[in-house]
Amino acid sequence: MDVDYSVEAPVVRGRLSLSEIEELVAKPLDSKPDKKFFVALSISGSALLIGAIGLFFTFYYGIGTWGNNQPVAWGFGITNFVFWVGIGHAGTLISAILFLLRQKWRTGIARFAEAMTIFAVMCAGIFPIIHTGRPWLAGYLTPYPNQHGLWINFTSPLIWDVFAVSVYFTVSLVFWYTGLIPDFATLRDRTTSKIKKSVYSIFSLGWRYSSRHWLHYEKAYVILAGFATPLVLSVHTIVSFDFAVAILPGWHSTIFPPYFVAGAIFSGFAMVVTVLVFVRKIFDLQNIITLDHLEKMNKVILATGLMVGYSYATEFFFAWYSGVQFEQFVFINRAFGPYAWAYWTMVSCNVLFPQFFWFKKIRRSIPAMMVIVILVNVGMWFERFVIVVTSLHRDFLPSSWGMFTPTLVDGGILLGSFGLFFTLVILFTKALPVVSIAEIKAVSDGAQPTHHGANHG
Amino acid sequence: MADKKIFGVTALFNNPDAIISAARKVADSGFTKWDVNSPYPLHGIDKAMKMKPSTLGFVTLVFGLTGVAVALFFMWWTMSVDYPMVIGGKPYFSLPAFIPVTFEVTVIMATVSSVVAMFAFFFGLPRNAHALHDTEYLKKVSRDHFGIIIESDDPKFDERSTQELLKSLNPISTEIIYYPEKERYPIFEPRFLVFLFGVAVVVSIGTYLMLNKLMYIQPFNWMDEQQKIIPQSKSEFFSDERGMRLPVEGTVARGFIPYPFAGDKEPKEVLSNPYFPTKENLELGQRKFLTYCSPCHGNYADGDSRLQGQFPNPPTLHSDRARNFPDGMIYHIITNGQNIMPSYASQVTREERWAIVHYIRVLQRAKNASESDVKFAKSE
Repeated sequence: MDVDYSVEAPVVRGRLSLSEIEELVAKPLDSKPDKKFFVALSISGSALLIGAIGLFFTFYYGIGTWGNNQPVAWGFGITNFVFWVGIGHAGTLISAILFLLRQKWRTGIARFAEAMTIFAVMCAGIFPIIHTGRPWLAGYLTPYPNQHGLWINFTSPLIWDVFAVSVYFTVSLVFWYTGLIPDFATLRDRTTSKIKKSVYSIFSLGWRYSSRHWLHYEKAYVILAGFATPLVLSVHTIVSFDFAVAILPGWHSTIFPPYFVAGAIFSGFAMVVTVLVFVRKIFDLQNIITLDHLEKMNKVILATGLMVGYSYATEFFFAWYSGVQFEQFVFINRAFGPYAWAYWTMVSCNVLFPQFFWFKKIRRSIPAMMVIVILVNVGMWFERFVIVVTSLHRDFLPSSWGMFTPTLVDGGILLGSFGLFFTLVILFTKALPVVSIAEIKAVSDGAQPTHHGANHG
Repeated sequence: MADKKIFGVTALFNNPDAIISAARKVADSGFTKWDVNSPYPLHGIDKAMKMKPSTLGFVTLVFGLTGVAVALFFMWWTMSVDYPMVIGGKPYFSLPAFIPVTFEVTVIMATVSSVVAMFAFFFGLPRNAHALHDTEYLKKVSRDHFGIIIESDDPKFDERSTQELLKSLNPISTEIIYYPEKERYPIFEPRFLVFLFGVAVVVSIGTYLMLNKLMYIQPFNWMDEQQKIIPQSKSEFFSDERGMRLPVEGTVARGFIPYPFAGDKEPKEVLSNPYFPTKENLELGQRKFLTYCSPCHGNYADGDSRLQGQFPNPPTLHSDRARNFPDGMIYHIITNGQNIMPSYASQVTREERWAIVHYIRVLQRAKNASESDVKFAKSE
């Protein structure tokens, strides 16, 4: 339990050799899936199926099967969208921002977090499209010369969103695949199966580990990280513009972009910890995804949790300071109105419980952090629910006030999005190396030339 | 073995310090076509191999700036030129509102182009037929070894002396890599062609079913089927079974002013023109005259139309008879028709007909101008 924070902890524990690292990471790919795998897959697959049934009802009978109404027209659809986009942010933060900050400990978790980004954005992307009620017309969102002679409205935050999320998905995918290429080559060279070898050969593009290639490759990695960093900040900023550009009290606020970005990183890290705790246990990766890494992530959760708490307080302050009656009402209504239960769930999960991470014992205890990060996930979902529903349900005119009650279909689709996310995560753990083999080799002890060898002459 | 072509000679090392010093020696010997292979990027190998810094950043720069320009230009063109629309009181070119999309387009252009340029043009990948593939050497360097390869294309390459040089670097082993024996093109194998054909058939059938059947099942009927009677469809409610209903007898259209002399061949009296010959009215009359009257009567009402010879020639409107018509008589003829000329009441509105009358008067005056008119026009 004694941790000395004055020395940098080794990224890879247990003094593993290069080939031992490779064996460890590639083991799930070489072995047949066991019973646990199928049990996990059937649970997540069932959730996915429930979501599919929900979608069937939505498309067959129409959007009226949801709880959305006037005045709460956004309901679960947009709540879930913002929640999932937020989850995605941790992956890019780990892979890009921590890379630029030269945080070596990111190496063990970067691949997994990037994969989670991609899956989370896939889950997110479903919601705005089905929320329109006619998903088959989504093609109109792209600016293409059409028979109507019309173009999309480039000054609308909703179109910014389309661009931000699709660019974010594409760049994350490119970033992820670029990182995977050397690993595909490693898998190609170690496999004995002919089919696997063909597949890996195709995806590795014939990578040869040439130092002349590594030179450009590392440059490309810096470029990608350099672009992904402002990109990830822009994505949730633009998502927050969906709200902030509207004139609705409770939405029309300049604090939204930083507040949303902090919340996104907060929830994303919580999700990454949730999943990694299982993955490191199931695949015996405790030496690569070490307790030190989890502790560092818990510290990030604590820091961003404080930022989120500060934002909550600032919102109240500005409602009072603005002197606008409607603003003030929205916030009093949030805390003490009919949705007060949601508000206080959000505050306790996001602000109160993460405070336990001030204690080293709790930061380094797997069961304790598990409880807290799951509460953070719940809290962050409720944050979006509170922003969407409480602002909409009572605005300027009391005559047009209303309440929002989700239906079974709403709940089924939310469950289905978790099912999709975890199904993809589970398949990913068996299909691709969950840790970047090339990167983790490069940061293990003794992998790099000593000072004498490298810089002499 | 003798007829095999040598690709290069390799040496393997198992320690990062050893590879760095070995690479430095090979670089000092003046080789150009050689490489170091390592399972991960080694710090300091670029200096040891005397490699120039990567120029990939220029690709990023050029495509990133292109992204900025393309996005801004495109939004300016669509929002201010092709289909200008005022939205939220913003100007047509609203730079602050264009920033987010500009940024996103810049990011995607810069990143995707850099990655594609790197793999396709810098590295020449994908390339799975390289001589190094499937060699023990590559399998070792992909795992935990570090290797040097000197290619036979190098001008300084000599099978024996190059091997000697590599051996002098204390490697754990050296190996000669040969080109693969025979180039095989599996894409010309019949099995592959049949597979390709199968894929084509499946994709075609799939596309057909998708676009023509799946896209028209229940939820996606594109509002083709609606619970309403459309024109030409049968009504089950009305006894005459007509979906389209006729107006009730005596129905009068909005704004309709009845013409008292309708159908009267030789009216005893006619209306007088209720409009003044203002500039607007004359221009309206000219426009309508050129549209509806000129095809037969000619652009200047001379009766010399474009359709001459295809129809009975219409009369000139500059005859004494026509010039002496009261305004109301011309209006009457347009409204009612005369001889072979049909009624134009349904094509030109009441106001337009009177405007045409004014314009005909202008033409008549211009075509039959007197000396005093010319003087008057000159004095103006």
